[in-house]
Amino acid sequence: MKTETINKNQEVAEKTQRISGSEAVVRSLMAEGVDILYGYPGGAIMPVYDELYKFQDQIHHVLTRHEQGAAHAAQGYARISGKVGVAMATSGPGATNLITGIADAQIDSTPLVCITGQVFSHLLGSDAFQETDIVGISTPVTKWNCQVTKAEDIPAAIAKAFYIARSGRPGPVLVDITKDAQVAELDFKYEKCKGVRSYNPVPKTNPEAINAAAELINNAKKPMIVWGQGVILGQAEEELKNVIEKAGIPAAWTILGASAFPTSHPLNIGMVGMHGNYAPNKLTNECDVLIAIGMRFDDRVTGNLDSYAKQAKIIHFDIDPAEINKNVKVDVAVLGDSKESLAMLSEALNKNSHDAWLKEFKDLYAIEFDQVINNDINPTKEGLTMGEVLKQINIESNGNAAIVSDVGQHQMIACRYADFNVTKSNITSGGLGTMGFALPAAIGAKMAAPDREVVAIIGDGGYQMNIQELGTIFQQKAAVKIVVLNNEFLGMVRQWQQLFFDKRYASTEMTNPNFVAIAEGYYIKARKVTKRDELAEAVKEMMASKESYFLEVCVEKEDNVFPMIPSGASVSDVRLS
Amino acid sequence: MSEDIQSFTISVYTENNIGLLNRISAIFQRRHINIESLTTSQSEIDGVNRFVIVVNICEDTACKIVKQIEKQVETIKAYYHTEDETIFTESCMFKIKSDLLFNEPQIQNIIKESYARIVTVNKEFFVLEKSGRRNEIESLRGDLNRFGIMQFVRSGRIAVTKDQMKITELLTAFDNQ
Repeated sequence: MKTETINKNQEVAEKTQRISGSEAVVRSLMAEGVDILYGYPGGAIMPVYDELYKFQDQIHHVLTRHEQGAAHAAQGYARISGKVGVAMATSGPGATNLITGIADAQIDSTPLVCITGQVFSHLLGSDAFQETDIVGISTPVTKWNCQVTKAEDIPAAIAKAFYIARSGRPGPVLVDITKDAQVAELDFKYEKCKGVRSYNPVPKTNPEAINAAAELINNAKKPMIVWGQGVILGQAEEELKNVIEKAGIPAAWTILGASAFPTSHPLNIGMVGMHGNYAPNKLTNECDVLIAIGMRFDDRVTGNLDSYAKQAKIIHFDIDPAEINKNVKVDVAVLGDSKESLAMLSEALNKNSHDAWLKEFKDLYAIEFDQVINNDINPTKEGLTMGEVLKQINIESNGNAAIVSDVGQHQMIACRYADFNVTKSNITSGGLGTMGFALPAAIGAKMAAPDREVVAIIGDGGYQMNIQELGTIFQQKAAVKIVVLNNEFLGMVRQWQQLFFDKRYASTEMTNPNFVAIAEGYYIKARKVTKRDELAEAVKEMMASKESYFLEVCVEKEDNVFPMIPSGASVSDVRLS
Repeated sequence: MSEDIQSFTISVYTENNIGLLNRISAIFQRRHINIESLTTSQSEIDGVNRFVIVVNICEDTACKIVKQIEKQVETIKAYYHTEDETIFTESCMFKIKSDLLFNEPQIQNIIKESYARIVTVNKEFFVLEKSGRRNEIESLRGDLNRFGIMQFVRSGRIAVTKDQMKITELLTAFDNQ
């Protein structure tokens, strides 16, 4: 939506008008600057859809093919734009189908506002048709939720929802609106929420904590940074860069932190975690000061906590007090907004470099390159590898594409090998590990950032979990590039079965359909590659396409992702084979 | 921080909103912690509710749980305290056949010695009420059980802390922002 239109909507919102609850929903969304929302109509939300029909020139509703697709599309929209994603569904099954996306947004701190229709308030609790207690169901996976049963409460509930979703550590909220509240009238006046008295979204950064952190870092011989998504959510990319460069600190990233700082930078030492890079995992247990920024020491990052960075002083920057000492006991906690606290830290740091220490990372990288990376991206064996597909995408995108990955082996390969020059470019389901995330999330990402190249990298398993969203891509003409890396297996589970279950491949082998025919059934240009000599040209054709494009690459069936920290092992036990 | 399991009283000041009980209890549920007792009521501040939750956990867990409760949007403040740091009590009621009051002279002594209060007496039954520590209530129940108890009910713990809570200051600070 153009800025003038948004301003006009905001002006309209400031005057009091007598309107229906359902119109108030739509006007409230517009007053919050919503230009696109994703959803699926049904009985209990029909009055709102009727208003969306009237306002369709001002607010674009995207009909997904399943409510789960709507939630993930809203996530993709939020992740690439930094704005609040909006999903809408009817009561009962419509609302419950949103839950996986909401849970995903909760664990990955993605700002979402979900609006659900609910049965008439006099029917609440009576097992009415399509009644489900969505407020109860969504409670553990939302940052906040509420049920509105009166039309006059709608604007304030939506204002509070947007405020809570986007402020502090972002997260999903759900507003459940009974049908009678949608139908009844109210005097509409929209006022943005400016605060909630019981909620302190951004703790103030304590200068003493900054000084304590700076002193540890200034005296460190082997400092190491691990940053997470908090840098992206806090729009602190520049401040992070300043800290890294000023103090010359090798810096690694968690999966959700990817792209906040360019992969090509000499101080970028790669990804930590179960399938992260060899050097940052191994040297986590060698550093003397570990600086964690906007990350939450997830078990996939730390491995066994009893042998995680025990030798190091640990500094933890986070906006959420509940993250401090949750998994790892820290020596200095710096609460606050990453943009502000990193700027303060940068001021307090001495200019420095750690060349010998950095060389330890480079030496271990050389080992990883020889034993793993080279075989992944420059394979000489007959079968295609996932890594070489990523390499071709990098060549065509110059590292400027947004990569939306699903969950599994292809996800780890995508995160390991994609070049990232631009922030907010790695859109993936990190915490929840939701297969089926990528296809709808890519739709949301492409619609939020139409000028950006959006490439979805998906396995043959996850692709079929939300394959129906090809219909949305076709209807919306969303120019998403879809790459299915087909190994005819649920590859990551198969890898674990091979390594830890004596190759008993229980229910992981897939007999797959003709994916090209399916894409073509949705009138999406499609191509299948089975040989190496076709790959470069096929990726080039896909990336050059102005429209959506489906590329299936048949890769080696039983390749494994390495390095790997076996579940429960220490980061220093990271395996190269 | 001690790893020993002990009884903690968790006090939570919240807005008075529907669904908050669910949100708070879910934090215990997801860690597989049994709630020994839970009481919610108006606090010393109008419009602010107070939860008193008793759980048997280690201090490290208590600390993490309190932060996760406080993270909920409608929680104003949460604390955990050991038994030594609080003044606490429970309340209970017994419904007993009235005949016993007249036929068993011992009962009158039990009532007198336990400082229990007779709430009502009619032809069929009388009702005793007692406040105190769990062991006092259990001891009274044991004594009365010999004669037969028609109904027994015990409330959750209510507790005030020896330390100040400073909730009013927090709310005033917000209003002045």
